[in-house]
Amino acid sequence: MRSLIDILDLSVEEIDALIVTACDIIANPDKYAECCKRKKLATLFFEPSTRTRLSFEAAMLELGGSVIGFSSANSSSAAKGESVADTAKVISCYADIIAMRHPKEGAALVAAQNAEIPVINAGDGGHCHPTQTLADLLTVYREKGRFSNLTVGLCGDLKFGRTVHSLINAMSRYDNVKFVLISPEELKLPSYVKNAALKGKGIEYVQTTDLEAAMPGLDILYMTRIQQERFADIDEYLRLKDSYILTPEKLASAKPDMCILHPLPRVNEISVKVDADPRACYFKQVLNGKFMRMALILKLLEEAKR
Amino acid sequence: MNIDAITNGIVIDHIPAGGGMKLYELLGLDELDCSVAIIKNAHSRKDGKKDIIKIDSEIELNFELIGYIAPNAKINIIRNGELIEKRSVTLPEVLTNVIKCKNPRCITSVEQELDHVFCLTDGTEKIYRCLYCETKAN
Repeated sequence: MRSLIDILDLSVEEIDALIVTACDIIANPDKYAECCKRKKLATLFFEPSTRTRLSFEAAMLELGGSVIGFSSANSSSAAKGESVADTAKVISCYADIIAMRHPKEGAALVAAQNAEIPVINAGDGGHCHPTQTLADLLTVYREKGRFSNLTVGLCGDLKFGRTVHSLINAMSRYDNVKFVLISPEELKLPSYVKNAALKGKGIEYVQTTDLEAAMPGLDILYMTRIQQERFADIDEYLRLKDSYILTPEKLASAKPDMCILHPLPRVNEISVKVDADPRACYFKQVLNGKFMRMALILKLLEEAKR
Repeated sequence: MNIDAITNGIVIDHIPAGGGMKLYELLGLDELDCSVAIIKNAHSRKDGKKDIIKIDSEIELNFELIGYIAPNAKINIIRNGELIEKRSVTLPEVLTNVIKCKNPRCITSVEQELDHVFCLTDGTEKIYRCLYCETKAN
C-alpha cells in the first residue's frame, strides 16, 4: 500500500504530476467536487495542530469526501495505551485514507507498516512533514514558474526545522539550485543533511549568519520559527529566539520578485509590516497546501484502487 | 597458553582486537552450557592483533550481529575435528534488534514491542540510522 512518509518517497516526476493536478484543481474546482464521494479521510492527530488538520479536512471536503478522526491523544485510545500499530489496523476498517500527526519520530512509518489503507504523514515530531514541503513547492512553482536556476535562502532554525530539511532534500533534485543557509552557529544545518542532500550531490551552498548580506542574491527566502518545543534548555531558546526578524527595512536590498515563504505559525521572525509586501507569500502557501493535499489524496486513493 | 582444540563447534576468527568481549555478550554466549573461549590480542599477521572466540558446540549464530561488530571475521565450522566450512560475513544492510535507538523522541522509545531496526546508510563510514527516526547509531 502506497503511503507518504518522507518527501523523498515521491520522485521528481510524481511531484511534477501533483503540481499539475493541483493547478488543475485551482483552475477547475467543480471538476473535482465529487471525486471522493463516499470516501472517508481519518485525521489521527495525536498532538494539536490547527493548520495542518484543518487543511486536510478542507481538502477532503472539497473533494466531496467525509472526515472522521480525533485531534488530541487524550481523545483517542492512545490514552488507554493502544499502540500506533493497533490504531492503524483499527482505523483501516473505518476509513479509506489516514492523515496522521504524532509527537514521536517514525510513528507515521509504524502506522503505514500496519494499515491496510494509505497513510499520509502529517508530521512526526521533528522528523518529517512532507505535505508542508508539497505546499512550499507549489508556492515556489506558482510564484517563480520553475524549480531550477534558483537561489534559495533558508533562515532561522536550520538544525531542528524539519520543513527546512525536507525542502532542501526536495529542491536539491532540480538543476542549478543554490542554497544559502542563514542561521546562528548553534542552529546550523546538521551535517548529515548537508552531506546527503548537498555535498554528496556537489550542490553549491553557502553558510552564513548574516541575513542582510545574503538578501540581494536570493530568489526565495524561507524564514522559520525558532521552536521553543525543540529546546531542552530554555535559556538557550531565549538567547536565540530573536536572532532574525524580517522587517521592511531589511527587505530593501532584496530582489523585487523575491518570494518570502514561512511554514507558519510565525511568532515575531517576520514583522506584520511585511505582510503587505507583494513578495510575502506565506499566506498563499497555506492555501497552496490545501490544493496539494487534495492532489495527494486523489493520487494515493487512485493507487490504492489498483 | 593452551586451549583445547574443538571437535565439534565454531571458531570466530579475525575479530578486531577488543571486539571479542562485546561480541561474546551480544551473541549471548554467556548463556551457553558448553565451553567457550575468548582469546584476546592474539597475533595477527594482517592486523597485528585480533580476538578469537571458540565455541565447543555448533550453535545458531546471528551473522548480522557478527558482521556489524567484526565485518572481516571468518567463521570456521568444525566437525569431528575437521574444518568443514569457512564463512565470511559482511556489513549487514539491516540490523534488527542488534542495537537500540537511543533517541528519546523516537517511536521505539515508547512502543516497547517494536523491533529496533537500523539501516546501513554509509558503508564506507559504517553509519547506521534508525529506520524510524533516522538517528545515527553510536
